Amino acid sequence: MTSEQKVKLGPNGKPIRYYQVPKTLGGKLKAWRYMILRRILQFSTLLLFYGTFNWEWKLFERPVLSGNLSGSEVLGLIPLADPFAVLQILLTGHWLENSVLIGALIVLSVYALIGGRVWCSWVCPINPVTDFAGWLRNKLGITNAINFNRNLRYTILALTLVLSVLTGVAAFEWVSPISMAHRGVVFGLGLGWMAVAGIFLFDLMVLKHGWCGHVCPLGAFYAQVGRVAQLRIAFDTPTCTHCGECARVCPEPQVLNLKKASIAHMVASGECTNCGRCITVCPEDTLKFDLRSHIKRSSITEPESVLP
Amino acid sequence: MNKSEKARRQFLTRIGQGVAMAATGGLVWSYLIKEQANAAVLAIRPPGALDEPDFLAKCIKCGQCVVDCPYDTLMLAAPGDQAPIGTPFFKPRDIPCYMCEDIPCVKACPTGALDPALTSIDDARMGLAVIDIENCLSWLGLRCELCYRVCPLMDKAITIETNPRKISKHAMFVPLVHSDACTGCGMCEEACPTQEAAIRILDPSLVQGKIGEHYRLGWKSDTKVTQDFKPVPRKGKGTKRPEGPAPGQDYLNEGISYD
Repeated sequence: MTSEQKVKLGPNGKPIRYYQVPKTLGGKLKAWRYMILRRILQFSTLLLFYGTFNWEWKLFERPVLSGNLSGSEVLGLIPLADPFAVLQILLTGHWLENSVLIGALIVLSVYALIGGRVWCSWVCPINPVTDFAGWLRNKLGITNAINFNRNLRYTILALTLVLSVLTGVAAFEWVSPISMAHRGVVFGLGLGWMAVAGIFLFDLMVLKHGWCGHVCPLGAFYAQVGRVAQLRIAFDTPTCTHCGECARVCPEPQVLNLKKASIAHMVASGECTNCGRCITVCPEDTLKFDLRSHIKRSSITEPESVLP
Repeated sequence: MNKSEKARRQFLTRIGQGVAMAATGGLVWSYLIKEQANAAVLAIRPPGALDEPDFLAKCIKCGQCVVDCPYDTLMLAAPGDQAPIGTPFFKPRDIPCYMCEDIPCVKACPTGALDPALTSIDDARMGLAVIDIENCLSWLGLRCELCYRVCPLMDKAITIETNPRKISKHAMFVPLVHSDACTGCGMCEEACPTQEAAIRILDPSLVQGKIGEHYRLGWKSDTKVTQDFKPVPRKGKGTKRPEGPAPGQDYLNEGISYD
């Protein structure tokens, strides 16, 4: 056997390489760049809420960010609101004041543009908790105790909407561990740590990506919002060797169906959270952030013959 | 049973199982919500809060009323507090509502769960002050009247009445709360000097009775209808009343001269 025969080739005829963890600190920081940015955004959002409430942070003599992730006001001017919470309240048969409706519309438009589940991996305060659980279960080699279909979340989403109609209150908001967490950070946690600990243990011991990937109806809602999102992970088909590194780090690996991606030239599914993990582990630089319209335009001009 | 029949049955069973699982989850979920909603009656709400079912539906739990409260009166209920999770409430014994004239909490509310129609804080109905007359110093005969003095609607929401005392010539000066003026701000509860407050703010539904529509207080000038009871004329044979006094009439005093 020659050494050439040992090297496995990808469908594009190039040898398959695998991700190497960078040895230098600079290389590591570069590999972690999206994760670091995500943590900064997640924690600074909470800090702005906390500072505005507890330390009366002001900018131009106006409160910086008042409220919490369910509803807030930027500089006392721009309302923001959780569109899923607003939808639930509207389903109880109550009309709302303009302020919160405009706020929900603003948030909805932004996420429809940059990807609904950008909320999940860039803003949601539960994400660091479940990411930590995922990292730890990987280190400890813990396997799943049970398994659900990932579409369970859509059943729970439907149940949320039905129960909001039947009980007359926003059903998920009344039990949401996400809201308990971000409310808790700003206004006092109480027994809210129990909910957070519950999610941590569930993700660590019971099911990989259990909460965010299988249960959370808010993520399911945002997956639907993100169906037409502009910001997507572009997939440069000819360079992919099908090494599978991207799917191994992806919290929603079903979105990285390489066959679908090579046809669409992007990760089209709304379930993709745009976390950027796959980009940094890809040894071939096949993946990068790009705009949907740009990807479509450039994929038309590309010669089809290079497709594997 | 042929193959397609079997497949059909399996399919239907699957659907049934799915629906049953969703229904089970939904029932437990509804129970959690109902349990929480039941705690709502213990929570004293910010000014302008809508009637409880509407308030619970409309409040998005954002806490902007809490942020804008200048006295740190308002809190958002954390899990474990005696109020549905995430809803704003306050504990008057700790920090009462100081009844800001511009009502910043209502202005901060983005949903209308705190009614923007509330423009005068005196119209707020956060709760109702209730006096424990067994432990109220004034009712015990001392001259306290702190609640009366601190009440922002003095002589309207709380008045001082004189009560003759049984064993002494001196009258007692006792506070009385009037529900038509009390806003439930809780300044009285905070000021009450007894070890446990002898006047406290409660949800009116916990303490207020209702006499019922059919009572007419004929001796009161503001009760308009004093006699709307009209006997229905009897039909047929029994219409003729028997001769003499009807049973139940005042026959025992017959023949007595009142001169």
